[in-house]
Amino acid sequence: MENKIIRIANLKRDFSVGIETVHALKGVSFDVLEGEFVTIMGASGSGKSTLLNILGALDRPSGGDYLLDGTNVGTLTKEQLAGIRNRKIGFVFQSFNLLARTSALENVELPLMYNAKVSPRERREMACHALETVGLADRMGHAPNQLSGGQQQRVAIARALVNDPVMVLADEATGNLDSKTTLDIMGLFQKLNSEGKTIVFVTHENEIAEYSNRTIVLKDGEIVKDYTNQGRQAILD
Amino acid sequence: MTVFNLSKIAVKAMARNKMRTFLTMLGIIIGVTSVITMLAIGQGSKQSIQEQISSMGANMIMVHPGSDVRGGVRMDPSSMKSLTLDDLSAIRRYATHLSALSPMVSSGGQVIAGGSNWPTTIQGVGEDFLMIRKMEVAEGVMFTDYEVKRAAKVCLLGQTVAENLFPDVENVVGQTVRFKNIPLKVIGVLAAKGQNTFGQDQDDVILAPYTTIQKRIMAITHIQSIYASAESEGVSEQAEKEITMALRASHSLADDEEDDFNVRSQQELINTFSSTSEMLTLLLGAIAGISLLVGGIGIMNIMFVSVTERTREIGLRLAVGGRGRDILSQFLMEAVIVSVGGGLFGVLLGLALAYGMGNMLDWPVVVTNHSIVISFVVCAVVGIFFGWYPARKAAGLDPIEALRYE
Ligand SMILES: Nc1ncnc2c1ncn2[C@@H]1O[C@H](COP(=O)(O)OP(=O)(O)OP(=O)(O)O)[C@@H](O)[C@H]1O
Ligand SMILES: [Mg+2]
Repeated sequence: MENKIIRIANLKRDFSVGIETVHALKGVSFDVLEGEFVTIMGASGSGKSTLLNILGALDRPSGGDYLLDGTNVGTLTKEQLAGIRNRKIGFVFQSFNLLARTSALENVELPLMYNAKVSPRERREMACHALETVGLADRMGHAPNQLSGGQQQRVAIARALVNDPVMVLADEATGNLDSKTTLDIMGLFQKLNSEGKTIVFVTHENEIAEYSNRTIVLKDGEIVKDYTNQGRQAILD
Repeated sequence: MTVFNLSKIAVKAMARNKMRTFLTMLGIIIGVTSVITMLAIGQGSKQSIQEQISSMGANMIMVHPGSDVRGGVRMDPSSMKSLTLDDLSAIRRYATHLSALSPMVSSGGQVIAGGSNWPTTIQGVGEDFLMIRKMEVAEGVMFTDYEVKRAAKVCLLGQTVAENLFPDVENVVGQTVRFKNIPLKVIGVLAAKGQNTFGQDQDDVILAPYTTIQKRIMAITHIQSIYASAESEGVSEQAEKEITMALRASHSLADDEEDDFNVRSQQELINTFSSTSEMLTLLLGAIAGISLLVGGIGIMNIMFVSVTERTREIGLRLAVGGRGRDILSQFLMEAVIVSVGGGLFGVLLGLALAYGMGNMLDWPVVVTNHSIVISFVVCAVVGIFFGWYPARKAAGLDPIEALRYE
């Protein structure tokens, strides 16, 4: 039997704006298996980011259930959610979100600073290892402003990997990159996936979805399609 | 999260913006510098006043004629004749805690020697007077009890008097001076004492046996004041009481009558003047303390700006697993490092300024340990107090909104 990393059932998220209520998610259900590479697609405003934020324990659903790696996230306190983000999840953002004037290595170390169980030496080793994985072994001492956009996103991916999470979540992680660099980054995600990482990737570009195993399409807060990519594109690097 | 990690995060965050960190510190640096400097000046003046009063005499007790209200008319104390040689004997009999005792009569006037003359004060005293006032003889000798009994026409000159009367004479001892037409033989010259706290020249004086002044110069039988030394500082108060008792008995005062004399000790003088300069220290310290407070408000101000400016950083820290209290601790830590670091610079700068000013202006300065310790504690408290509110604001941010902040 395959291990289910994510199990969500009838997930809802409402936002109150003044007297009106926006139903950003209207009851979404699906499972993600360990080792899957899922893309979430949909038009702007369809609820992709809202869903990913809940999956990433950054936000809590208004209704429905969310089990992450066996833990019922809906019942956790704020502090416990922080712990989940720290140990089980790696998040990659569209706009990199690296600390300025801080070396790549220290940027990657950041999540481990909030984990008291990791000693300074382990922290350094793990960060070095993560940077090697994303192919930046020779750029560890560089600050973000000394790196290209693609390299900055690689640092951010290394930061998402450093705590060995059960899954990596990416919200339009290639949205700020040109097509050549986008290809590089997707290749990296494929490599990570082939090494066993579970990945959930939000995008609104069809071509990108073709690099994943499975695509979930949202429309107005509901799943309209959920299919396996038969002709998955492989990027050779 | 460990305190070590926390300090590291805070230091790194501050190192990323050195200029802002320095400007925040500046307020605290100025505050602490002024506290240290002001307290050093205040304490210095207090100590120098104490030292100067102490140098006036050895556990000295002074008795002056006091308010005499008999008959309803208050008289000028200096013109009163209430102290006599009998009182002196009474004190000598009763007071067991005294190591020295001397009467004093004094008279002002011109002193003449050859072609030069000089306005000064001649003090008629006993042999013990030198010891009571911590005076020393530089040349020659002090007169003895024998010369006091004989009302010998001898005297000792203070440095100022000697210099003005005998500018060119090498050996002043053996010369003769005239005071109110009485020739007095100079048997000694007093060692210089300099100015006292009140700016009076303590060397502008002539000492002679009190008997000589009473009989030959002033033609009086009473004495103007009495000087004594207590055996030690500890028994000073007791000695004062004994003197009071002796004088009350000798003046046959009834229980309900007020003293017709005043007994004051050097210690009381020190206390009076110390409390004045303590007030000064407090005032200076308070003014400096206000600048420290302003520095603290500066920290709060810049921390608020910093929290807003770093909203995305905070969002990121929350997203990678930082808890609210980690963020709170980080910002508090930054505030405390800024304030205590500023305090450290401030103490160093304050010390330099205090001693520099002391040297240049020749002011006495004293830096006490507790003024340094207090400055540090106040800095830490200021940091926590003024860092708390901005830190709370940072910790309460929502991760998603913070990450989205432009
Ligand atoms: N904090 C919020 N308050 C109110 N409404 C919100 C909030 N966040 C999202 N929404 C609404 O929820 C809906 C889904 O937003 P979401 O950000 O998930 O869209 P998206 O699919 O990520 O779009 P895009 O492709 O443009 O990023 C939108 O209608 C949006 O206006
Ligand atoms: Mg979005």
